[in-house]
Amino acid sequence: MATIELHQVEKKFGEVYAVRPIDLTMHDGEFVVLLGPSGCGKTTTLRMIAGLETVTSGTILLNGQDVTQQRARDRDIAMVFQFFALYPHMTVRQNIAFPLQAQGESRETIDRRVSEVVRLLEIEPLLNLRPKSLSGGDRQRVALARALVRRPTAFLMDEPLGALDAEFRETMRAEIKRLHLAQNATTVYVTHDQVEAMAMGDRIVVMSQGEIQQVGTPAEVYYDPANLFVARFIGSPGMNLLTGRYAAGVVSLPGENRYQVPAHWQAALDKQIGEGEVILGFRPEATLVGGSGQLAAEVYTDDLHGSYTMLHLAFNGDDQIIHARAGRSQIYPIGTPIRFDLDQEMVRFFDPKTEMALKPEVARG
Amino acid sequence: MPKVEHQGRARAVKTVRVTLAIALCIIYLIPVLWMLSTAFKPREAIVAVPPKITFNPTMEGFVSLFTKRSTLTRMQMEQYQQRTDLSWWDKVALERGLAIIGPSQYVDRVKNSLIIAGISTIAAVTLGLLSAYAFSRFRVRAQADWLFFILSTRMLPPVVVTIPIFLMYRQLGLFDTHIGLILLYTAFNLSLSVWLLKGFVDEIPREYEEAALVDGYSRWQAFRKIVLPQSVTGIAATAVFSLIFAWNEYAFALMLTSDRARTAPPSIPSVVGTAGREWAATAAGSLLFLIPVVIVAFAVRKYLLRGITFGAIRQ
Repeated sequence: MATIELHQVEKKFGEVYAVRPIDLTMHDGEFVVLLGPSGCGKTTTLRMIAGLETVTSGTILLNGQDVTQQRARDRDIAMVFQFFALYPHMTVRQNIAFPLQAQGESRETIDRRVSEVVRLLEIEPLLNLRPKSLSGGDRQRVALARALVRRPTAFLMDEPLGALDAEFRETMRAEIKRLHLAQNATTVYVTHDQVEAMAMGDRIVVMSQGEIQQVGTPAEVYYDPANLFVARFIGSPGMNLLTGRYAAGVVSLPGENRYQVPAHWQAALDKQIGEGEVILGFRPEATLVGGSGQLAAEVYTDDLHGSYTMLHLAFNGDDQIIHARAGRSQIYPIGTPIRFDLDQEMVRFFDPKTEMALKPEVARG
Repeated sequence: MPKVEHQGRARAVKTVRVTLAIALCIIYLIPVLWMLSTAFKPREAIVAVPPKITFNPTMEGFVSLFTKRSTLTRMQMEQYQQRTDLSWWDKVALERGLAIIGPSQYVDRVKNSLIIAGISTIAAVTLGLLSAYAFSRFRVRAQADWLFFILSTRMLPPVVVTIPIFLMYRQLGLFDTHIGLILLYTAFNLSLSVWLLKGFVDEIPREYEEAALVDGYSRWQAFRKIVLPQSVTGIAATAVFSLIFAWNEYAFALMLTSDRARTAPPSIPSVVGTAGREWAATAAGSLLFLIPVVIVAFAVRKYLLRGITFGAIRQ
């Protein structure tokens, strides 16, 4: 099994940065998700780890060994591609055996290893079919089998669920997670779907414009986004962000709204902002709708999600929509004036100039 | 009953289509059929006006195609008729008062055609595939210019450069050599081959090779095991086009060869017998000359049909 380290790794295409110098360590057995919108450099990073893309500068270490200049085939890393890349002119069995043939394994070993992995993924009946006649999910399983059969030191997966139907994605997500738990191999997984990232990752690396925005556990990137980009990108919908003016423990928000800052934030805000613009952030589930909250808004529309209702509130006229998660029975007619408050533990503040999150100075609670 | 009506119309459309296809086929086949009948016609029937449809088939044409003959005097003929060791072709010749004195050069000409067309086709496809792969997969400096340059070699009618090439070949000692024609035909076919195959290689997703690279193969192995089997369609289509060109080429073969490397196309029309032009022999020679290309095209017809319509459509 393997540790993968990136030191100041960068990639330029001509003068354009695809990946700005990044430092990143994936620990042995960890499931790391590279998450970001398309064009953020996540796939390029993955391809550099695989050896399919040369590195402009920086070093890549695999188990402490410098593999920066090594060819893909010498790195002992398996990769699962977005569109599976199953060889169309080979049967499922030949596809799975292909990496073992490269290693010059004996026929018996190949047969044994193929049948092992095929049993693990429950695709025995498909062995003599060609990829063309398989369903999306089965193609995915075959692609996984081809990666697993080699027992590589690490797995790289490039949006492996991107080509599947939404319905099937959940099932495959669970299968990949179980496989990871069973194999306990270091896995780097690229996706643009933050729900997938949250569900699967031990750690999430949020990327944007070729730069790492934040590295953390799913809970960290969700509850404590490092900057505005992460706050917006993670969560569905993302964090509510309201720009206001801070002075003496109170944020003055548009529309005569005044928010009394929780006590544990006051010192930090006094020190870091003093008096001036600040961005107040809170997740939809941090809103406490009903009663006599500090903030006023109007019901814009609502979505029923079965187990809860997502209220969309018009804040200060139609200026901004706030997403608020409410109980499933909390349904209001459109246009109802409403007051809400915020869960003190889930309020966050950002500096509008640097776009970075502010830190409370004393431990919360 | 709209459904039945609809079915009836579909059947009518189908009938019209099949009829048209058959009609077209017949129109295209008439020259071939005429050649076929000419090859078996006796001399009088060939030159008859109006043309004869029915006749007594004879092997005369084939005999004169494959042999050299000389005219016999009356006395010699009488001697000949006594002999019992005559084969059927001797007898065919004898009926016209001729004796076979040796084989013609037709077989050698066809052999030259096979060697030259075969090797130049293999060379054009191999070189074409390799450069198509390079253009498709690697960043080649001034790629668009190179591709245009390659295509531009097709813009001039080849005959225009006959004289320069003739002079060049004489200087270089390539006149009347196999290698000379092989080089020439390969050069002619290469532009078509590069462009055609590039279209096919472009259609093969890079991910397949990348998967193979990650799975422990070198680029060359990935090319051989992944790209090659997947471009079979393109290779077959390109090979047939190249082969047909090299096989049928007439003008340069006539100009650049005299004997040793002469191919069949310029030699077939010059089968001249003792009594003027031997139309039956010419027809027989052309007929036999068709067979190898027909066999190849027939063997790869499955790929050919897909190949011609392929490049344009994304899978």
